[in-house]
This record gives sequence, C-alpha cells and structure tokens, in this order.
Amino acid sequence: MSELRSELKYLPSHEWVRVEEDGTVTIGITDHAQESLGDVVYVETPEVGSNVSAGEEAGVVESVKAASDIYSPITGEVVAVNEALEDAPETVNGSPYDDGWFFRVKPEDLSELDGALDMDGYKAAIEEE
Amino acid sequence: MGNKTSLYTVHTEMSAKIVDFGGWDMPINYGSQIEEHKAVRNDAGMFDVSHMTVVDVTGTDAKAYLQYLLANDVDKITTKVGKALYTAMLNDNGGVIDDLIVYHMGDWFRLVVNCATREKDLAWMNDRIGQFEVELNERPEFSMLAVQGPNAIEKTISVLGEQAGELIKPLGVFSGVELSGDQEGWLAARTGYTGEDGLEIILPEAAAPDFWKALAAAGVAPCGLGARDTLRLEAGMNLYGNDMDETVSPLVSNMAWSVAWAPADREFIGRKALEAEKSAGVEKKLAGLVLRQKGVLRAHQTVLDSEGNPCGEITSGSFSPTLGLSIALARIPKSLSGSCFVEVRGKQVPVSVVKPSFVRSGKSLLGD
Repeated sequence: MSELRSELKYLPSHEWVRVEEDGTVTIGITDHAQESLGDVVYVETPEVGSNVSAGEEAGVVESVKAASDIYSPITGEVVAVNEALEDAPETVNGSPYDDGWFFRVKPEDLSELDGALDMDGYKAAIEEE
Repeated sequence: MGNKTSLYTVHTEMSAKIVDFGGWDMPINYGSQIEEHKAVRNDAGMFDVSHMTVVDVTGTDAKAYLQYLLANDVDKITTKVGKALYTAMLNDNGGVIDDLIVYHMGDWFRLVVNCATREKDLAWMNDRIGQFEVELNERPEFSMLAVQGPNAIEKTISVLGEQAGELIKPLGVFSGVELSGDQEGWLAARTGYTGEDGLEIILPEAAAPDFWKALAAAGVAPCGLGARDTLRLEAGMNLYGNDMDETVSPLVSNMAWSVAWAPADREFIGRKALEAEKSAGVEKKLAGLVLRQKGVLRAHQTVLDSEGNPCGEITSGSFSPTLGLSIALARIPKSLSGSCFVEVRGKQVPVSVVKPSFVRSGKSLLGD
C-alpha cells in the first residue's frame, strides 16, 4: 500500500498539494503515482516566473514505462521549481512527498483548492482504480 | 487471475510487482527496473521466463518438417547436439507468425516459442504436419529461467556444482547441454535476450523455486519483465507483436540474416513470398533511433523525414538505462539515414538513425 499524508490535499490526477506557511503552494506527484509510473527518467517543470492555471498542464513526468502530464491545481505564478530533479529524476521515486517536489506557485486565489481531495477522498479514488 | 508460474509465490515473497503479461501473472519489477537492468549489465540478474512455451518435436521426419516449417535451416545445427538456432516461422505471405529458438537434441528438437502466440503457433504447427512423421509435445511441466550478465555463468555454476560446471564451461554461444545427476532432464543453454553472456535453463517446475532462491543467495538479482524489455531493446532484439508480426516479413524486420536461402531447393513456408519481395526491392528497414535531448521515444510515435513528411513508425521505444538517453526501433524507408524527426507529444524532435543495436556486453555501440 502506498504512503499517504494527512496534511496534504490531492487531485484525482495524482498530484499532491501542500499550502506552505508563506501562503505559496507546493505541488508534486503522489507515492501511488510514482509506484504506477515506475522509474522516473525525466521531469519537465514549468519555468520560474511563468503562470500556471488551475486544471491545466504544467509539466510532464516521464518514466521508463510512460509519459504523464502534471496538472496545476491552482492558478498563479511559479516562484520555484525543483532543479535537483534535472540530474536526479529518481528522487521522485525515492521521496515523492519531500525531496521529489516539482514546483511552487504563488496563488491568486487559495479557495481554488477547496475542491481538492483530502487523504481519505484520494484513498477512495485510488482504491476504485 | 492469470496463469501462474511455479515461481509466483517466490516472486511475491521477494516483493515483486505483478502484472498481466499475455494471460500470465508475471513480475514487472522487484522495486527498481533500472537497478535490475544495471545488475544484468554489470554483474548477474535472473528472469522467470516460464510463461514461454516449450514444444518438443520428435519422429523420423522431425528435421525435414522443421526445414519446411521454419525460415532458418535446422540443418545448420545438426552438426552437434545442443546447438541452437534463432528463426522466424512464416505464413504463406512471408509474414512472421512468431520468432523462436530451436535446440538440436540428438534425434529430436526442442522449440521455445512466445507465450502470447502459443495457441496460434501450436495450431499452425499441427496443421502443417501433413504427411510428415512427427509428433509435437508441449512441455508445460517445465519452468524456464534466464540468468544473464557478465558474472551469470560463474554464479550459476557455483549453485549447480562442479559436475554441471564441467558441462556448461565448454559451451559456445548459442549452444546448450543436458545436465546430469541431480539435474537430470535440465537443459542449460548459452542463449539470452539481453545482449549479455548468460544461460537460459529449462528445468522441471518442482525444482525451480529452490534453484531461484539459491541463485538469489549467490548474488544473482531477481529481475522483472520491465528490465527484460529495456535490455533487449538496447541489444536491438525484436519483440514479437511490437517490432514484427504477421503483416511484415523478416526482410523489413532486421531478421533477413536469419532467413536461410541456401540450399535453393529447400521449400520453406513463405519462401516464394520473400523471393518476390526481394526481387521487387525491399523498401523498408527496421532501424535504430537515438534521441539526444530530453524525452522518451515510445512505440507508435510517427517518424518524419528531413522535410517533415511522415514516413514510418516507432515499433519499440524506451529510455536506455545504460546510455542515459532514449532509443527506439522504427520501421522506416530503407533510404533514410543520418537524421530525421519523431513526433513526441505534439513536438517534432530530431533523432539520429543508427544500426538497430545500441549496447553489447555492457558497451555502447553508438560510437560517441
């Protein structure tokens, strides 16, 4: 069984979301997602300073097995990306919720996250798959 | 619930991730496919390939029947017991029904065919018996392991013991030997699907779990079908159903070398169609592609020529763990060389066209 964290919110497309103390939002992919993808070999993150929109593609994760789009859960400006993934994409497999984060957004409207799943909601969603 | 090999319980004990493969519940990996891939390139890894179909061909016409059934000529391996041959089995149009290995076992032959093609292969083979005095016997009571890598043979011998070692050590590439003593009835052959040295071992299924565990204890890494696929792709070996099938001939599948034209009077199934194709001029080839930027080439992506016109398709593509970039096999015009483009996720990316073989014995063949 894959790891889930109660402090995170989730999208049905297998991203996790964490609201930081400074009001920015960090996005990554779930343990379940990295397990399904297998060894991650490339990660494409959005550029710092670019704008992402809720529900739109913001990046790509490619594993040995498949390519998968990363969706942003929220609209805003990208304020940081995890540059370490460029040289060590396997970090996504080893540490999906910590060192393997993808990008951080300064949101326009935090209430866009109201529709995101909590841990139990996401757990139910992946059990249905 | 699919078919299970004799090693299924052992796989789950070793925390394998199980997937369906041609109706069989098989390990895709035991954690990291890339780690398993590297174990085979640098040391030794093992694969459960018991889902593959073993068929023994016996009878006074066994050789004549196989000379008719198969595009390669089994006469080449009748010089010595244990010799093995890679071949296509063709239909009348020259399309590839399956690719397989034949072992010469003395006065009979052993065939190892793919699992996904089992039923149609057996039906086709039975239908072609006609007047030949032969008997086909499927051997589902056997398991099959592939132990591959630079240290594979040494580690396997350390498990099997000295008696087996004396039989295995003198084996040439593409040769096998029946073991003796405690391993009576086992066939060990120096063949594989990884581009590394190693053995494929056919043994009674009751013996397989202990043998697998002993190999693991000797430092042979359990590897899943995920690593098997990236290893065979780096080695430029075809996967049936991806790189060739009944709609294409061996001449456009990088398998022309396995078609035995001589002697000219050997009438094998598909010969006439291949001769017609050859005299009309073979227009396509199965080539290698290398992507030297971010991204992964995948099966069914479109290949475009230097003007951007679609001209072919990727048949197998993945990330190459040994080379650290993406490689593919693609069916493209014979005249296409140098470089071309592939449509990857809506973008045209430049790729190099190379010979369809990327890694051999742990070394890059790209020459850069």
